[in-house]
Amino acid sequence: MFSNALIISFTFGYLALLFAIAWFSERSASNGRRLSNHPAIYALTLAVYCTAWTYYGSVGRAATNGLEFLTIYIGPSLIAPLWWIVMRKIIRISKVQRISSIADFISSRYGKNITLGGVVTIVCLLGILPYTSIQIKGIASSFQILQGSGVTETLANLPFYQDTAFYLALGLAFFTVLFGTRNIEATAQHEGMVMAVAFESIFKLIAFLIVGVFVTYFVFDGFTDIFSKAAAEGLNHLFVMQGENSASEWFWMSVLSMMAILFLPRQFQMGVIENTNERHVDTAMWLFPLYLLLINVFVLPIAFGGLVHFPIGNYEADTFVLAFPIAFDQKWLAILVYLGGFSAATGMIIVSTIALSTMVSNNLVMPLLLINDRFQKKYQHRLGLVLIWSRRVAIFLIILAAYLYYKQIAGQFSLVSIGLISFVGIAQFAPAIIGGIYWKKGARTGALVGILAGFSLWFFTLVVPTMVTADYISEKLLNEGLFGFGFLKPQALLGFADLSYISHGLFFSLTINTILYVVISLFSQQTSKEHNQAVIFVDIFRYSESLDTAIVWKGQAYVPDIRALLINFLGVSKTQDALQDFVKHTGKELDDNIFADSELVNYSELLLSGIIGSASARIIVASVVKEEEISMEEVLGILKETRELKSLNDQLEINSKELQIASEKLKSLNESLQINDMLKDEFISTVTHEMRTPITSIRAFSEILLDQDLPEADRAKFLEIIIQETKRMSRLIDQVLDLERFDSGRQELNLENSNVDSLILEVIDSMNHIFQEKGLHFEYNLINSTVLIPMDQDRIKQVLINLLSNASKFAKSNINLKAKKTENHLLISVWDDGKGIPEEEVPYIFDKFFQAKNQTSKKPLGSGLGLAISKKIVEYHHGTIEVRRILDRTCFEFTLPLVQSKMKIIN
Amino acid sequence: MNKILIVDDEPNILLSLEYLFKKEGFKVFIARDGEEALDLISEIEPELVLLDIMMPKVDGYEVCKHIKEQHTKIKVVFLTAKSKQQDIQKGLDLGADLYLTKPFGNKELVSKVKNLLN
Repeated sequence: MFSNALIISFTFGYLALLFAIAWFSERSASNGRRLSNHPAIYALTLAVYCTAWTYYGSVGRAATNGLEFLTIYIGPSLIAPLWWIVMRKIIRISKVQRISSIADFISSRYGKNITLGGVVTIVCLLGILPYTSIQIKGIASSFQILQGSGVTETLANLPFYQDTAFYLALGLAFFTVLFGTRNIEATAQHEGMVMAVAFESIFKLIAFLIVGVFVTYFVFDGFTDIFSKAAAEGLNHLFVMQGENSASEWFWMSVLSMMAILFLPRQFQMGVIENTNERHVDTAMWLFPLYLLLINVFVLPIAFGGLVHFPIGNYEADTFVLAFPIAFDQKWLAILVYLGGFSAATGMIIVSTIALSTMVSNNLVMPLLLINDRFQKKYQHRLGLVLIWSRRVAIFLIILAAYLYYKQIAGQFSLVSIGLISFVGIAQFAPAIIGGIYWKKGARTGALVGILAGFSLWFFTLVVPTMVTADYISEKLLNEGLFGFGFLKPQALLGFADLSYISHGLFFSLTINTILYVVISLFSQQTSKEHNQAVIFVDIFRYSESLDTAIVWKGQAYVPDIRALLINFLGVSKTQDALQDFVKHTGKELDDNIFADSELVNYSELLLSGIIGSASARIIVASVVKEEEISMEEVLGILKETRELKSLNDQLEINSKELQIASEKLKSLNESLQINDMLKDEFISTVTHEMRTPITSIRAFSEILLDQDLPEADRAKFLEIIIQETKRMSRLIDQVLDLERFDSGRQELNLENSNVDSLILEVIDSMNHIFQEKGLHFEYNLINSTVLIPMDQDRIKQVLINLLSNASKFAKSNINLKAKKTENHLLISVWDDGKGIPEEEVPYIFDKFFQAKNQTSKKPLGSGLGLAISKKIVEYHHGTIEVRRILDRTCFEFTLPLVQSKMKIIN
Repeated sequence: MNKILIVDDEPNILLSLEYLFKKEGFKVFIARDGEEALDLISEIEPELVLLDIMMPKVDGYEVCKHIKEQHTKIKVVFLTAKSKQQDIQKGLDLGADLYLTKPFGNKELVSKVKNLLN
C-alpha cells in the first residue's frame, strides 16, 4: 500500500522530531527554563506505561477476552490515590539517598548490598528484555502491515541487515545514548528525554483517539451500532466478565498492574528519578488515570468492529487499529496510526533502556570492577569515563538483545502475553520494597532469598512454557511436570489448574517470595549498617529534613583522599563546587591536614551514590576511610540529636531574628523619640523666647507708667503699646495651641460644602484695607463656579489670610490671587513681587519659627507659626502646599481635593 | 553725660529702653540690628552697649566679639531673652561685662548699668 521509502522517511522524520524536541528542551533547561518542571508533564511521562501493548495489544486482548484487558488499567487507577503515601515516600527516600534506579533502591535499603543490587538488575534485565522486544515486534509488524505484505512471518525471517526494524532499533539506541547518558549523575534529570516522552504520550493518545473516532463514527454509526452488530455476530460473551474464575482473574490482574505501575524500571525512572517536585504527584494522581481512561475508550469499539468487519484470518486482532484505516483506504490516517504505535513503542524502549543501563553500570559493572583492587588502582582516574561508556554500551547491547529476542522468539507471541509475563517478573520486587519502606525488620537475606525464589518460580511457571512453545524445551515438561512429578507442572503447580497461567504464576511466585521474605527477616539479625538504612527508609519523613547533616558513619579519612575520590567522578570543577557547597552549608573549614569529619565523608558518599549507585559508592568510600563499626543506638542518638539540634537551631534563629527586628524597631522608635524630644525642646525654647519679647515690653512700659510725671500723650501711647503686645501674646498662644492640636492629630476639621468664590471674597474684604494702607496693587481671579467644595471654611480662610498677609509684608507693589478648578482639585495661588525667598531656605519655609531661628534675614512681624499652621490645615484637607519662584515673583500655591473621602461632611 | 548704645530688633523694647535711659540722663543712641550697631560704635564710641542677641544680619555675639577686640574700653551688657546657662556662658566668655535676661525690672537694669560705669 505504501512504498518502503515513504514509511521509512516518515518513521525517521518522527525520530528527528523527537531529537528536536529533546534538544530544544535541553537547551531551554540550560538557559534556566525547565519545561519539564510541570505536574502535567510529570503525569504525561507516567503514561510511558501505555506501550505498543496498549496501543495494539489491548484491542487484540479485547477481541479474545473481552473486558479483561481493562484490568491492567484498573489496577493503576485504583492505586493512584495511594501514591500520595507510597510514591511520595519512595520519591523522598530516593532524593535524600540519591537513588538512581530500582536496583539501587533495594540495594540501598538492605545495607547497600552489592549482591542484592546485582540480582535485582539481572531480574530486571531478564524480565524487561522480552517486553522490550515485543515493542520492536509492534513496530515491525505495523510497518509490515503498512507495506501491505500481510503475512507476519516473512519479515522476521529476513536477514537483519535487510530488516528496517534493525535500523530503527539502532536509531533508538542512538537517541537513548544521546539524551540518556549526557550526565554522569544517574540521579540527574534527563530533561530532553522527559520532554520527548511527554510528547510521545500526547501523540499516541491523539492518534489512538482519532482512529477510534474514525472506526466508531465513520466506519460504524456510533457505539450502539457496533455493539448491536457484535451482539448479532454472537460476541455477547465478550461484553461481561466471563468464566467461573473471572472475579479472581480480575483481582490478580489488578494487583499485578498495581505493582507494575510502581516498580517497572521505566515507571520508577519516570515516577521517581525524573520527578522534580513531590507535589507533582498530586496532579498525576488524577491526570494519569484520566489518561488511561481516554486511551481505553475506543478499545472495545475497535475490537468488536474488527471482529465484525474483517473475515477471520485476514488480520491479527493485535493489528485491527491499523487494519481499519488501510481497509478503508485512509492513507494519511494509516500513517498517523502507525506513528502513534511507533511513539508508544519507542517511549517504552527509550525509558526502559535508560533505566536498565543505569542499573547495569551502577549495580553490575561498577561493583564488579571495584571489587578488583588491581582494576581500581589502574583505572581510578578514569572511573567516570568507564562508567559513562559502560552505560552507552549497555544501551546498545540491551536494544540489540531485544532485537535478537524478537527475531528468535517474541515473534511467536502476542503483545499482551509477553507484557504480562514481564509484569510478573517485576512484581517480585514488591515484598522487598513495600516491606522495606514500612517494616524496619525486613532483612537483606529475606529480600534476597525472596526475590531469588520468586524469580525462579516466575521463570518456571511463565518463561519455561514460552520456551516450550518456541520449541526450545520438550512439551513433556508441561504435561508431565519437572522430573516427571505431576505436582511440578509449570502451569499447574500442586495441581492448581483453575487459574489462568499468568495468575497462576503470579500467585505462586509472589506468595512464596513474600513468605520467604517475612519469615527469613523475622529470624535474621540485621547488621548495624543495614539497620541504619532500614530506619532511614521507614522513618524518612521524620528524618528527611535532618538527613543531610545526619551522621550514619563513623571513622577517619583525609580530606585530600576524599577530594581525589570525588575528582575521579565529578572532575575538578564540579568537585570544587560540591565542596564549596558543603563548606557553605555546614560552615566547616576543609583543612587538608586534618581528618575529614564524618559529615564530609557522608556527603561525599551521597554525591557518589548519585553517580555510581549506593553500593558502589560505599565500596569506593570505604577504600579511603578507616571505618569503625557504629551501633544503632549511636546512630539513633546522633539522628535524634541532629534533629533536636536543628529544630533548636531553627527556633534560636527565629528568636534571634525576632529579637533583632524588635531591637531595630526599638532603636528607630528611640531615635524618632529623641528627634521628637529635640524638636519639642527647640519648639518650647523658641516659644518661650517669642513670649518673652512681648512680656518684656509690657513689663518695661508698665513700670514706666508707674511714673507720676509721665506726660499724658506718652502715657496713652505706652498703654496702646501694652495692649498691642498683649494681643500679640495671646495670638501667639492661640497659634501654639493650634499647632499642637494639629501635630497631635486632635484637631478636627469642620467640613462643609462651600462656595469657594464667596469665601475668597470674604477674605479679600478683610484684607483690602491692609493693601490700601501699604499702597499695594491687588488683583484676583475667581473660579466663577457655584460648585461646592468640602472644606473647613474658617481654616481655609486662615490659610488665605496668612498667605495674603505674608505677601503684603514682602511685596513691592503687586499682589495677585488666582483660583482655578481642575478635574480633581481646587488650586489657589498667591503671588507677590517681593525679592523672594532665598533658594536654600525654601525647604524650611514651612517649619515652625523658621524666621525666628534664621538670623540672617530681616525679621518681619508675625509669630513665625503662620506657614506651619497653613501647611497643617492644607494637609488635613489632603491637599498640598508649596512655594515657587517664577519670573521675579513669589508664588505660594495650595490645592484642595474636590472630594473628601475619609471625613464626615457636615451639611 | 554717659554715652550709651542700645541695640535691639524689637521696636517697642527699643522704645522703652530709650525712654528709660534718657530719663536717667544718658545720651542714648539706638541701633535696630547688629550691622547698624557696628557702624555706629566706631562713630560715637559709647561707654556702654546694651545688646540683644537674636537679631537679623549680625547677632549680638558677633557685635560683642567685635567690641572686645577693637574697643576694649567699651563695656558690654547683654540684654536678651536667651536665658539658658550655655547662652549666658557663651556671652560671658566673649568678654561681656554683664548678662541680663528679659524681661527685666527697669530700676534694677538702670542701677546695674550705672554701677558698671562708675
